[in-house]
Order: sequence, then structure tokens, then C-alpha cells
Amino acid sequence: MHPYKQFSALLKKEILLELRQKHALYGMMLYIASTIFVLYLTLGDAEAETWNALFWITQLFICINAVAKSFLQEAKGRMLYHFSITTPSAFILSKIVYNVLLMGIMNVINLILYTAFLGDPTTSFLAFVGISLLGSIGLSLVFTMLAAIASKAMQQASLMAILGFPIIIPQLMLLVRLSKTAFSEIFRDGAPLQVIFLLLALDLSVILLAVILYPFLWKD
Amino acid sequence: MRIAWWKIASIILLCYAVVGGLLLPVPALSQLGETIRNLYFHVCMWFAMMILFTISIIHSIKYLNRSDLRHDIKAKSYAAVGTYMGLLGYSTGAIWASFTWADPNNPAYASFGSIMREPKLIGAAMALLIYGAYFILRNSIKDMDQRARVSAVYNVFAYTMLFPSIWIIPRLLPSLHPGQEGNPALNFNDIDARMRMVFYPAVLGWTLLGAWITTLKIRIELIQEKKILSNEK
Repeated sequence: MHPYKQFSALLKKEILLELRQKHALYGMMLYIASTIFVLYLTLGDAEAETWNALFWITQLFICINAVAKSFLQEAKGRMLYHFSITTPSAFILSKIVYNVLLMGIMNVINLILYTAFLGDPTTSFLAFVGISLLGSIGLSLVFTMLAAIASKAMQQASLMAILGFPIIIPQLMLLVRLSKTAFSEIFRDGAPLQVIFLLLALDLSVILLAVILYPFLWKD
Repeated sequence: MRIAWWKIASIILLCYAVVGGLLLPVPALSQLGETIRNLYFHVCMWFAMMILFTISIIHSIKYLNRSDLRHDIKAKSYAAVGTYMGLLGYSTGAIWASFTWADPNNPAYASFGSIMREPKLIGAAMALLIYGAYFILRNSIKDMDQRARVSAVYNVFAYTMLFPSIWIIPRLLPSLHPGQEGNPALNFNDIDARMRMVFYPAVLGWTLLGAWITTLKIRIELIQEKKILSNEK
């Protein structure tokens, strides 16, 4: 089969599976809701800086939880089946695109609940939405690759956090910094654009690395 | 006993670095005073660490190419000694910082929070955390071949992600650390000519020492794993 067709078939399979096992999706939503509720009760009135930092931390944990299951749910037999009918790059790309979509939806839910409970200190909410979407793409890309690595080991969920945190630090710092544009902090001309390009370049390099490295994880 | 020319060179260079580093003249800077001599030890540790990590990732790539377990052992040993050098870099840096950066009215523990925000320290902490995670990952996979393959993939992935970050973070945050504009010690104008006379030999000496320790570790491990390795070929 043509690689593109393989990719779209695999992506369709992921989405269908998600829609058929809705409990996982609802579980994620409940995870977001309860996290934010705990934050709301413990935090009270948050300043803009704290609000921003906590938003990205919740985003990070949501991403770990949402992406982790993408490889955990693949049983050994099914992986073998995939191995015999698809190419590794089509497989990892379908996972990546699916996780980006999933994280995008979770991001929107997170934003809605977060602003509902903890208020909205931003001056330009639309810009913040855009930045958070950009961030959720980057996060899900990195953690898809890490989920693929962690799925080969024991204690996968906690291992993913250990493997991922040091790698995700620079992206998170860039994102926290960039989202300050949405809090009417004045930036040097062109500085936000530069950060956006940097983030996109990082995303691109993660995709490239995933396509190059996944074939090695793939064969068992 | 296997002694090669570079091991002798390492001994000579390190003797020179220690003796010369403590005795040769250095520029008198009011802030640093004689602590500037720590440059020959502190900065060299980071150089050695990065070079050893680079060798480790080269072996990881070689492993992915050829699936020879010897390369996996080499990658692991270089990463281990690199991490050790990184810890030494941290401790020499901590001693240095306590004389130059830390507030004398504050105990060291209280100023830790503000010192740790240094971009170079963040970069170094990231490198150490990544290799810490690398060893945890290795230990959590039982099958030897799979362990070698998965950890090689993580090594390559993490190392390539580390590089842009080391380049990005210093440009995001304000810093007290020398070499504000980017990466310290790589710029030729940063260091006084007198210091360069000791600094470069010292870097070479410490790196060679690290490599020497690693080759010993590799030899021990190759002997331990002899059975498995001889079955392979």
C-alpha cells in the first residue's frame, strides 16, 4: 500500500478506537477537571505569573497522561500485526498526528475550565489560545517519541516523566516566556516571532528524529 | 599493563595543569582574586563531560548501525564517566560560587534558589538529568538487546534535543556567569593569554583522564560479559 494511504488508515484506526473506547477520553477530561478544581481550591486568587506557570504545568501533566496511553494500549500481538503490514514511519507519523489532535482538544478543554475557575488575567486571550495550541503541539510531539521509548520498559508512566522533563524544559521556558506577550508585557520588536520560529524548528527536529529513530524501536 | 602514549600525555598534562595552574601568573581581578585558578579545574570538567557524552552518543549510533553489544557497553561507560565529570563540575562550581556569587550574609543553602536559576547551571542540570534518566531507562529493561537498542535511541534523541537547549536558554535569561553572550570558554577573547597557556592543556589532560577511566571500565565490563559477547560472534 502507498505510505500515505497507510498513514491515513492508521490515523483513522486511532480515531475510531478512541471513539469506541470513550471511557479513556472521559477519563482524560475528568483528570483535567479534577486537577483544575484542586488548583482552584488550593490557590484562591492567582497572580498573572503564577496563573501562567500553573497553566503550563497542568498542560504538561495532561500531555503526559494523554499521550502515554497511545503506546501502552498497543498489545504485543497487535504491534506484530502492524509490523507486518505497515512501515515504521507511517506508523509513528500517524501516532504523532493523532496525539497532536488529541492534545489540541484537551488543550481547549483545559483552557475553558482553567479560565472558568481561575479567571482570565490575560490582556489578549486570543493570542494566549494560539500560543497554548502551539505549545500543545510541541509537548505532544516530544512525549509521543518518549512514550514509544518508555513502552519498551517497565513502570512506563513514571518513566515517561523522568525521561521527558529534562528534554521539555527549554520548550516550556520558551512557551512561558512567549505567553507573556498575552499579558501585555512589552517585547523587543520581532522577539515573539523569533521564539515562535524557534519552537517550530524544535517541533520539526523532533518529527525528523522520530522518523529516523522509530524504526530501531520498532523491531523486537 | 597497557600504557599508551596518550595516557602518559594525560599524566604529564595534568601535572602541568595542577602545578602550573597553582603557580603561574594570572590576571588580578578584584572580584575573583586567586579563585580564578579554579578555571583550570571547573571549566575543564564541563569540557570533559561534553566530550565524553559526545563519544557516548557516537557509540550509540554505531550500535544502532551494527547491533554490536560492545558499542552499547562503550556508550554506557562513556555516559557514566561523563556524568561523574559533570558532578565534579558542579562541586567545583559550587565552591567557586560560594566565594564569588553567594551573599556572605546568607548561608549557602539560602542563596541556592537564586544561584540555581543561572542558565549555565540549568543546561548542566538538564544534561545530568538526561543521563540520570538514561541509566534508569537501562535498568528498567531486562532483555539485553532491547535495553541496548532502546537506550541508544534515547541517548541520540536526548542528546540532539539537549544541544539546541544549551544554545537557547542562555539567551533567554539574565546571567552572572562569565560568557554572557552564549557559551563560555569557547570564545577566544574570554580568557587571558597567560591563562590559555594552562587552560587548553588542562582541558586535554582532564578529557584524556576521563577517557582513560572509561577504557578501564569498558575492559572490566567486556571481561564480565565475555560469555555473551563470544556467543554473539
